[in-house]
Amino acid sequence: MSTVTYKEASCLALAEEMRRDPTVWTLGEDVGDGGVFGQYTGLRDEFGPDRVVSTPISEATIMGAAVGAAMVGTRPVVELRFADFALCAMDEMVNQAAKARYMFGGQTRVPVVIRQPIGMWRSSAAQHSQSLESWYVHTPGFVVLAPGTPADNHGLLKSAIRCDDPVIFMEHKDSWDVEGEIPDGGDKTVPIGKAKIIRPGEDLTIVTWSGAVQVALQAAEAAAGKGVSVEIVDLRSLWPWDKEAVFQSVEKTRRLVVLHEAVKVCGFGAEVAATVSETMGDRLATPVRRLGAPRIPIPYAPPLENLCRVRVADVMTTVEEMGV
Amino acid sequence: MSTSSPPETGGPTVSAQRVRALFATMCRIRAFEEAAERAAKEGLITGAAHLSIGQEATAAGVCGNLRTSDLITSTHRGHGHTIAKGASADAMMRELFGRAGGTSDGKGGSMHIADFSVGMLGANGIVAAGIPIAAGAAQAKRLLGEDAVVACFFGDGAVNRGPFLEGLNWARIYDLPVLFVCEDNRYAARTRTGAMTGGPGPAARAESLGVPAHPIDGNDVMAVDALAGQLVEEMRAGGGPQFIHAKTYRQKGHTVADPGTWRPAEEIAQFLEHDPMTIARQFLIDAGAGPADLDAIVADAQQEMADAYDSAAAAPWPDDGLAATDVQDIGGPA
Repeated sequence: MSTVTYKEASCLALAEEMRRDPTVWTLGEDVGDGGVFGQYTGLRDEFGPDRVVSTPISEATIMGAAVGAAMVGTRPVVELRFADFALCAMDEMVNQAAKARYMFGGQTRVPVVIRQPIGMWRSSAAQHSQSLESWYVHTPGFVVLAPGTPADNHGLLKSAIRCDDPVIFMEHKDSWDVEGEIPDGGDKTVPIGKAKIIRPGEDLTIVTWSGAVQVALQAAEAAAGKGVSVEIVDLRSLWPWDKEAVFQSVEKTRRLVVLHEAVKVCGFGAEVAATVSETMGDRLATPVRRLGAPRIPIPYAPPLENLCRVRVADVMTTVEEMGV
Repeated sequence: MSTSSPPETGGPTVSAQRVRALFATMCRIRAFEEAAERAAKEGLITGAAHLSIGQEATAAGVCGNLRTSDLITSTHRGHGHTIAKGASADAMMRELFGRAGGTSDGKGGSMHIADFSVGMLGANGIVAAGIPIAAGAAQAKRLLGEDAVVACFFGDGAVNRGPFLEGLNWARIYDLPVLFVCEDNRYAARTRTGAMTGGPGPAARAESLGVPAHPIDGNDVMAVDALAGQLVEEMRAGGGPQFIHAKTYRQKGHTVADPGTWRPAEEIAQFLEHDPMTIARQFLIDAGAGPADLDAIVADAQQEMADAYDSAAAAPWPDDGLAATDVQDIGGPA
């Protein structure tokens, strides 16, 4: 095992896949110079400008070109810089990438990975902070991944690149420097659609993903100090999502909190909560609770930005309210 | 063929033979569209169908210069391009009817007609969406070491969408072999494009992005063929993108449901006179073709499309199970 950051993990994964498969290439603004967050550092030196393609600020065509390139036999990894900027490529993602295989009757595949970093980070304000994962889960055709740890960023990116479906790949900007271990050897993938129990517990289940994993870990530690044993399920894959892992955990704890950074209203937590309620509501000791951002644009000023974050104290309050 | 003359006489004969083939393609497109129009009026085509009657020369003239391994992207008005690239009219008609055996199993219909086996990467329901797709396909083919050329068809309405600017710029900066073909039929849906387009128009916009632009009478298949042939040859030899501004006319309304009679009657009459079929036919007559020979080409095309109509009308609906296939490999419907 090697200790790397979340950012380095993704760079290693892409380099490994590009060595493994000559049809893998990447395109986006500044990727030839390492990318906006340094997550492409060194790739152009190794693979050249035809496979690590710096592009104009043309999100629609970055994405549309990737669709065309994917349909004729290559595997583009698209960098859209911020999930907020990806909205300039909504037609190319939703109407083209996600639908081409279906509407052309299976004549083609669109094996493209669409990287769009999400989340609140350093006063980035309303147009550089959003977590819009639920939009994509709502759209048939997409796989949606949101890794929360270096190992998952490494292993899931590799799986995404090998996947024949279009994959929305959301990295959290606040996690770039989070350190963790990844396997040596470069061939270990993380399966799409499998959650991970990152902290076992008995009294209450927190289902979470992406940057909120760090909040959940801190909250679980605080809860332990009060004698409450919290189990954390990191979904990692939002579509498909690992219902069985969630059901098993809730079967044991009988209490569920879904915690995410995105706006609570119509966030993916609503799908998790509804599914658990429909499937095993009669086994719950208390109703499912959701924690997410208020439905306001993300403000700039740090104290106001913090009001959008689900904090450890919020989780603790909820845990207490659930009567554990 | 009746126009044959000794090979040693050179050019004109070759040209006439070539135009005869292009004329035959145009006849097939016209007959397909007329059959589709009839089917729509009879309720056999349930969704929107956008006919390319009057625009056959651009499809035939451009695609006649492409290999099967070359690629095209198309528009919501894409039947003609698809036929000209070599798709089966029978499978296409079934697709329009939403029947089994359609090009997309009846799951796409007219606006998503496609035949990847002949390099037709799809019509598109979103105006200008094919432009970035064409650029990316060309980029990928170069990465794969193949010399494919990509022809990208779009209408005059597309020049007012962002992907037009982005995509042409993209093809220029990466020097991609994309032949942009703007089929300017004067109307964006029901609105006269000129009233909605600032500046001198499509060709000037292309030139401003460094893409050489070539205005042409898009109803003259001989002219389209000669120009496309030259440009494709240049691109095959390593040249970058080119732009054809093909001026043509949509003889029908925006969709089958639109009679199109809201346009000036004199304008319609003028372009019915300037019909691409008439122009090609006259060229062939002048080159020595017999009217009976040309009538036979028309009759063959009409018979083929009548057969396609009958075949589609008799075909079963797709299996219900197909509704849930080809969504995605991972996380698709159970």
